[in-house]
Formats: sequence, C-alpha cells, structure tokens
Amino acid sequence: MSVTTEQVESRVVETLASFGPDASQITRTATFEELDIDSLDLVELAQVVEDEYGVVLKGEDMKELKTVGDAIDLIVARAA
Amino acid sequence: MTAVPHRRTVVVTGMGAVSPLGLGAATLHDRWAAGEVGITDGAGTCREFDPKDHLSIKEARRLDRFAQLAVVAAGESIAQAGWDGDAPYDPLRIGCIVATGIGGIETVETQHDIMRDRGVKMVSPLGIPQYMPNAGAAAVTMKYSLRGQSYGVVSACASGGHAIGSAMRMIQYGDADAVVCGGAEATLTPFGFACFNSMQALSPTGMSRPFDARRDGFVMGEGAGMLVLEEEEAARARGATILGEIAGYGSTTDAHHLTAPEPTGGPASRAMELAMRDAGAVAEQLDYINAHGTSTQLNDAAETAAIKLALGDQARRIPISSTKSSIGHTLGAAGAVEAVATLRTLITGVIAPTLGYEQPDPACDLDYVPGEARPLVTGNGHPPLAISNSFAFGGHNVALALRGAAK
Repeated sequence: MSVTTEQVESRVVETLASFGPDASQITRTATFEELDIDSLDLVELAQVVEDEYGVVLKGEDMKELKTVGDAIDLIVARAA
Repeated sequence: MTAVPHRRTVVVTGMGAVSPLGLGAATLHDRWAAGEVGITDGAGTCREFDPKDHLSIKEARRLDRFAQLAVVAAGESIAQAGWDGDAPYDPLRIGCIVATGIGGIETVETQHDIMRDRGVKMVSPLGIPQYMPNAGAAAVTMKYSLRGQSYGVVSACASGGHAIGSAMRMIQYGDADAVVCGGAEATLTPFGFACFNSMQALSPTGMSRPFDARRDGFVMGEGAGMLVLEEEEAARARGATILGEIAGYGSTTDAHHLTAPEPTGGPASRAMELAMRDAGAVAEQLDYINAHGTSTQLNDAAETAAIKLALGDQARRIPISSTKSSIGHTLGAAGAVEAVATLRTLITGVIAPTLGYEQPDPACDLDYVPGEARPLVTGNGHPPLAISNSFAFGGHNVALALRGAAK
C-alpha cells in the first residue's frame, strides 16, 4: 500500500481537530495529553485509520503513543 | 399516618430551562403567558438552541442532545443561584439528579445506522456514554464539579417530577446540602416519532389542546428544566435569593395498565394528597395547579377526576393550566420544565392559560384558565402554593407542592 507520511499526517490532524483541539496546536511534537485527547478519542482515531488504510491499531498499540508524531509514524510503518 | 418529624426545608435558588419557547426559565413562562405556542409542524422543537453557542466542540460531540439540553439548563440555574463556578458548599455535599424518559435515542439511531451500513467495528466508543440515561447527570456533575450523590431517574413522563422529589428528600435527610436536579429529553427523531405514532398517542392534527373536547393526542416536545435546591438555613446564611420552596412531594403508582391511566384517578389523587400533606397544607390554601394535561382523551379526563378526588369542593375554585398547550409534551423533562414554569407563576403572579382550550368536555369540567393569562390570587397574604402533576406510561404518578417565597 502506497501511503505517504504527508497523507497520513493530514488525515490524522483533520481527525484529531474534529475531536476538539485547534488544528494549529496539532503538531508532530504535541502530546495527546496537551491536546486533551483521551482513550476514547484514540479509539475513534483507530477506527478512522482502519477504515482508511486497513491498519488495525489495538489498545496496547495506542497505549504506547504519546505524541501525534508517534501515531503518524506507527500508522505509516504498519501500512507499508 | 404518623406525624412527620422536624426536617430540613428545601428552597429553590436557581432555575434554568431550554424549551420550544426559547432559552431561559423566564422566557418559558413569559412567552407561554403571552399566548405563544412553541409547536411547529406537530413538534415542540428547541429551535433557538444551538449547542455551539454553549458548549465546546469536545463537550458537544460527547453529549447526546438530551444531555446538551441538561447542561445548558443547569448552567442557567447555577448562574442564577450565584454559584459563579465556585459552589458555596463542599462539592461532596452537592448532589445531582437528571431525569430522562428515554435517554440518548438520537445516538442509538445514528450508531445503529453505522453498524448496519459500515459494520460493527465502526460503532463509536462514544455510543454508550452518549445514550446511557444517566448521561445527563454525568455531564452536569463533570461540568460543574459536583461530587455528592448523583444519578439519572427514569419513569417515563413522571421522571422530572421524581428527580425533584428525590432531590428534596436527599436534602431533607441530610445526605446533601444542595442538589442540582431536573430533567431533559430529546426524542424528536424518526424512531421516536414512529414509536409514539404506532401507539396512537400523538395528535394526528398536531395540536396540543389539553382538556378541550377535540383533543386528540399529545404533541411531542423536547427540552430541559433544571433547578438548584438548597437547604434553607444554609441558603439564607450565604445570602442567597430564595425563589421558592419545594414544599411537598407525593408519588404513587396505578398498577393498572401499561399506558392507560387508572380511570378513577384514585392513585393519582393520592399523590396530590400526599404532596399537600407533606407541605403541611390543606386544599383551601392551594392557589394553582399546573396540570400534567397532555391533550390525550384518557389523561385529561383521569387527571380531572384525580383533582376532584384529592381536593373535593375546592377543585372547582382552583385555576388549572397546562404548559403542554404551549410547548407540547417534553416527556421525561416535563415534570422539571413544568416545575420551573409553576415557580415562575408563583414569582410573577401570572397564571398562563391553557392555550387552544375552547370546547368544554363533560369529562373535564374544572377551570382550565381558557383564553388569556390571569393574575394569581392568594388568600390571607400567605405565600402562594401550587401543585405540579406528572403522570406516566407505566402508571407512575408524581405531585410536587411548590410554595412561593415569603414576601
């Protein structure tokens, strides 16, 4: 599957912004804690990712994620 | 019945409402008294309510509409109480009860569509926390950091009345010093209409005209009513403005039929008697009744019978009107929305009319305040006293006795 990091980043930022935080705050280094993104939000993000890229993210995968960049990198790696 | 021991008095220090007549407790009663009807196309929709005006994106998308309505009405009531985001009591001593008849039905419908169309894996993790019937209580407690006893109350169209009665008892017993309580409902959805329509409960003409001979069913509405209740001495000690008193609470059950009221009105009348006794009042002291008055043939006749049983000769003297003539039936919110309307009646001294009431029915032969609003008349200078009734599918009956603040 040919997914670019830019494509994933754009989709992740768009999805997270729909959960509440301002899009300008959603950078690669921003932590989910700073963005007030909680476990329920991450489950929703995982649903979008699976629907879009066929990448299945489990609960244990999500627990390791601290920053937006962590999520983007994991999705790109899994999609490769 | 044994004598009631001395107990704590429960006063109202804040009220809020979101209704088909607009935002605000005062708006609800003022517009109703002015003869405005909030019903359009056979539904009482809160058209002036936009969640974006009141809630962040994160709050709004995590709450079903019924819980959004509850939070906004609660916000108004808390602001009026003067809590200003900083409650005057230990948060662990502040309770919260938010009633609903149905819960987050819009969420259920949306998520069920997603499951059918896109598969089980796409059902939102927010589904359950949005549609659970306690979601209103959860949302209000989180928004305002209330950490005492909290829960939802579910008894169909009596839910709002049960919430206020239970909150009153919580304070009287000493389990809380204040309770934010009320009810919320938002069932104006395709499935909601389909279910009530198939029961033939809804008015085919889309008109809510309680007690009128031509009444042909209720008009479904949505909304929320919330109140801040406080123990009287504590409220006075902090200098709060007392808006009124939850003076009495009575509740019984028909145990008769799944949906039809017990036709003699016996159990419903008993609820009214209990509320009056709880308030330490007699029928001669009652100044107004805010009826359940749904605009169904069965309810309005049975409620009339119940009022006569409970109040005897006094029944013909006491003005009775139905808020549902203006906003329709807000189901699990109704008891709370109508308690707010009743208290506004006692505060303003204006009894709003039963709108649309024109043709008398021999089965409904009391004073339903036809036509226009009229002044509330109280005898002997005592604080005005009213009853607000709520009856439900399932046979649940609630009567609240509400007393105006002493001048």
